[in-house]
This record gives sequence, C-alpha cells and structure tokens, in this order.
Amino acid sequence: MSANPLLMGHPLASTENARHALLYMCRIRKFEEAVEDLFGRGMMHGTMHLSIGQEASPTGMCMALTVQDQITSTHRGHGHCIAKGADLTRMIAELLGKEIGYCGGRGGSMHIADVDTGNLGANGVVGGGIPIAAGAALASKMMKKGTVAVSFFGDGAMNEGAFHEAANLAAIWDLPMILFCENNKYGMSSSTEKAFAIDNLADRAKGYGIPGVNVNGNDVVEVYEAAQIAVDRARKGEGPTLIVAETYRWKGHSRSDKNLYRTKEEIEEWRLLDPIPKFIARAIKQKKLTQEQCDAIQQEATDAIVASVNEAVKAKAADPAGLLDAVFKKVSA
Amino acid sequence: MSDRMLTMAEAVREAMSIAFDERPEVFLLGEDVGIYGGAFGVSGDMYHRYGSERVLDTPIAELGIVGAAVGAALSGMRPIVEIQFSDFTAQAMDQIANQAAKIHFMLGGALHVPMVLRTPQGSGTGAAAQHSQNLEPWFASVPGLKVVVPSNPADAKGLLLASIDDPNPVIFLEHKLLYKIPGRDPVPEGAERIPLGVAKVVREGKDLTIVATGIMVNKSYEVCEKLAAEGISVTLIDPRTISPLDMQPVYESVEKTGRLMVVQEGPAHAGFINEVIAQMAGSSSFGSLIAPIKRLAGMNIPIPYAPQLEKAAVPQIEDIEAAAREIVKNWR
Repeated sequence: MSANPLLMGHPLASTENARHALLYMCRIRKFEEAVEDLFGRGMMHGTMHLSIGQEASPTGMCMALTVQDQITSTHRGHGHCIAKGADLTRMIAELLGKEIGYCGGRGGSMHIADVDTGNLGANGVVGGGIPIAAGAALASKMMKKGTVAVSFFGDGAMNEGAFHEAANLAAIWDLPMILFCENNKYGMSSSTEKAFAIDNLADRAKGYGIPGVNVNGNDVVEVYEAAQIAVDRARKGEGPTLIVAETYRWKGHSRSDKNLYRTKEEIEEWRLLDPIPKFIARAIKQKKLTQEQCDAIQQEATDAIVASVNEAVKAKAADPAGLLDAVFKKVSA
Repeated sequence: MSDRMLTMAEAVREAMSIAFDERPEVFLLGEDVGIYGGAFGVSGDMYHRYGSERVLDTPIAELGIVGAAVGAALSGMRPIVEIQFSDFTAQAMDQIANQAAKIHFMLGGALHVPMVLRTPQGSGTGAAAQHSQNLEPWFASVPGLKVVVPSNPADAKGLLLASIDDPNPVIFLEHKLLYKIPGRDPVPEGAERIPLGVAKVVREGKDLTIVATGIMVNKSYEVCEKLAAEGISVTLIDPRTISPLDMQPVYESVEKTGRLMVVQEGPAHAGFINEVIAQMAGSSSFGSLIAPIKRLAGMNIPIPYAPQLEKAAVPQIEDIEAAAREIVKNWR
C-alpha cells in the first residue's frame, strides 16, 4: 500500500477523484470494522475508538491537501491517518503490537504518526494536537514552506483551553492552519447540548476574528469544498479557518461504552445518513462512476484490509529489549 | 582565558545570541520577551537585534505557547520557550509532560522535539507561593525530558548551547536570584558547549562530600570556604543536569570522604535530591559511608511571603554550615 499522492481535488472532478474519495472512505470503514473484529476475537488489547460513520470528513479534508501539508489527529484518529495516506499494514501492525507497526508497538492506536504523509500524530489527550498544529503552521510560515497544518479534533476538544489558546495564536499570527472540528455530537457521554451553550459550534470562530463554517460532515463533497476554500486562504497567508463538520459516531466512545446516554432510534437515524452510499449515488448520477466500479472499489478496500491484517498478524512481536534506548533521540556527535 | 564576569542573565542571553547566529531555525517565544526584554531582562535587546519574527512576543497562554513550540520543533524549527515563572509551567504541563516528553518514544522514534523551555524558579524575591517554587521533581520524574539546573553564568552559557543542540526537549531551570549577580568564574568567549549529563566537581576535599543543586551550590561554596579556614575540607559537586544524572563523581568522592550531605532549595518530601540519596544507597560506594546521609532541603510548605518566613522556608548558609560541621564532628 503506497502512500497516496493526495491533492486530489474535488471528489467529483473526475472518475479518478471519485474513485479516490470512495476508496478512502471504504478503507476507513473496513479498517474500523477489522479493528472491531480483532478486538472481539481477543487479538488486540488496550482500547479502540472507532470512527465508523465519520469517514467523509477526513477524506474530504485530505483531498484538499498535499502530502507535505501536515495534520494532527485525535484518539479517534484511524480515519485521519488513512485519509492522509498511511500504510494500512503498518497501522494494523501497530494495533497488534508488532515491531513493524508505526510506533514499533510503543504507541498503539492513539499515537500513530507518519512523517512521510505529514501526519504529526494522533493524540491521547483531547485537544493536545491543536496547539501542536499551530506550531507546525508557525514553522511553515517562518520557513516559508507554503504548507498548511490541519488539526482534526472533536466537539469535546472545543471546550479545552488548548483549543482556545491555539485558535487565538493562529488568528493573531495569521497562521496557515485549519481547525477542523468533527462534531460527532458526543464527548464520550456528554452531548453537545449539555456541553455547549451555543447551537452552532462554528460561531466560536467570531471570537477569534476568523471565518467559521459549518458543513455536512457526512458529505465528502461539501467537506472538500469548504476545505479547499480554507486551504486557499491559509496558503495565501490570510490565516486560519474553523470548519465544523456535522457528523455522528455510530459506535460507542470506546469498547467500554454501553450507549446509555443516547437512544437506539437516534443511532438508527444517523445510520441512514451513511456517507458512503450517499456518495455512491451522487457519483453514479453524475456519471463519474458506475455501479460496477463502485462495487469493485468497495471490494478493493476490503481486500486491502484483509491482506494487511494477514501480513500484520504474521509480523514479529515488538521486543522490549530496546525500550530504554528509545526514550531520547541520540545526540549526534 | 577570558576574564569576563557576566551575570546569569547576560550569559543566557549570550548563549541564545550565539545559537541565533549559528542556526536560522532557532527562535525565542514567550510572554514579554520582545520590547520588554523579558520579565527578568534575560532576552534584553535581542528583539532589537533579531527582530520580531525571531523574538516572538506571545499572548498570556502558556499551554498554547509550549504547544506551538512543540509543533514548530516537530516541523524543522528549534524553539526556545521562555515561561515567565516556572510556577506557570503548570498551565502548560500537558504539552510538556504528555506531548514533548513522550513524542519520540511513543511515536516509535518517527519524530523528535528539539525544544528548550527556559524558566526562572526559586524563592527569595518576596513573590510568595505562586511565583517562587522549585519544581525540579515535576520534570525529573517524567521520562523523555532532560532537566538542567545551572548554578553559575559560565555553566549556564555552555549548558544552554548544548541544550539548544540537543534533539530532545530540555527543561532549563534558572534561579532568579542568580540573574543579576556575577558568577565566581569568568564566562569564556566563544561557543563551547558543556555536555548534558556531566557533573562538575566544584572543589575537592577529604572530610565531606556535598551535592547541591542550583543556588545551593553557591551557598554551599561559601560554607566550604569558611570551613576550609578551620581545617575542614569539603568536596562540592554540582550535578548541573539532574536528568540525566551523573553520579560517578559522587561515588568517587564519598569513597574518599565517607560523609555525604545533599542540599536543595525545593521541599524535602519526594524532592529531586532524594534520587541522589537513593542511588548512593544502592551503590557499592555505600559501604564507604561512616555517617548517615544528611539531607538539607526546603520545608514541606508553600513558599511564604514575609521575608523572615520566606528565609525560614529554605536552607540558608548558616543551616548548611551547621549541618556540615555537625556531620564532620559527630562522625569520625
């Protein structure tokens, strides 16, 4: 699975782009399903945070980015990682605690980073990646790199001080940054209704003097279009944008979640808004893809995940021998 | 050999200026580091010499500042962050302890964080409990951080240059009472580095080994001079970096003196200096001790305001002198 070239452009601009959008959404879906299955069978330990239902947001955002553009991600970060072009086998291997995993088994699901695709890492601390993305954008500006930094975070992170401090720094310094909130409606069990006194989270942007836009986070086209505007603005040196993508987490927060804070009906309503069939219907209608092509793309995603799981399962387990030497980067003479 | 006597503030500024001149990716950010010149005057005229892009004034947002430094460090820059008082690192602890310290290990070595966080610490200014702490154990107990506690201007310069070179996050704790006073030794010209993780034997003696950190090195030095006049000779060791910690000179000295006293300004309970005692207790040099190890440290209280209360809270020269005398006289 080689790194994808990215900067694909509009998901409906061509057959190739439509194929990319569908393939990456399906890769994320199938990856998450595989993770759930591996947990269920006792083959993975620790915990997992699945993003099933949210696939359109990272896919749409990342289709507006180059490989060099940077992202920071979250504890629910598999989708961001895949959308930015990470290697599926190394991801699965990390979750299985293997030597060839992205972190050599030292980080697990919540700490996958991929330098080759500009992914500065998932984060176990809610909001932890937002100031880091501001710093990456600051470096881009100081070094005149022309890259943008996108911080993905959830609705819960918007009540962290880190969000506020980073949004303000990005705003006052006109940093090439995008604050991308996936509003999946719950911070663990806390609904946005309980945790916010405003209805539209994008309204927060006004307080920083930056644009704030609201998009349907289950529509990869709408996400891309907002992302592209924000990226253009950032690259022109005009500063950051807050994008709030309205989406929904189908699965529980983590594997301990018994869904006591929401109804089955609510979950069912959102399942009907599945981003994948929605895009398939649109791509077929606009004659970018045929039903046969869509079926083949979904199969291709499934096959890729199966192959990655098979390879990762066979890989060598992470070795504790090198742990002490792994804490610091060696000082070169 | 140079005979320039600089203050710690001047020496730190000189080290930063050398690093600025050597590497375009080095920059300084923090509250009031620009035109104001830093709350303690450490950045001084650097804003005028290097401009607002490299001496970057920030809003009062410690978590955001340190986070921005971490992100910039991950992306090719070498930030020096100044946090106005070490007490305020509490505001930034997620980025220090959960992000900067862990990124290299946790991400499997894919990324590293070449960042220096400089911050003044310590009591003696009448600024009371939220502006006077010694927080070495907070940082020293987090794997992934290197922690430097310079006791004099010459060391501060060489250690800071080495810290800026280091590919890992370094916490650089400057005692604010040392900022305005010249050190005992001249500060060399040039850009020589003092490697992290190498303790300094400040003076050698045969009766007692004192291990002291930061400003306590200076206080202990005065005691050593006084006792020398009475025929008591003391070895004084300054670890300089507390993570990593160089214990070898301590073992070697204790094997000669048989007596060990450790001195720090921070509270005794779970303080950094206890690590020196623990490592000594587990070493083969332990058998050389003829006296119980003496620990002098701050009281287990927040630093109080009134001058006589503040003074009572941390070891003073008289305390060090009395304790040193006692251990040498009582254990023969």
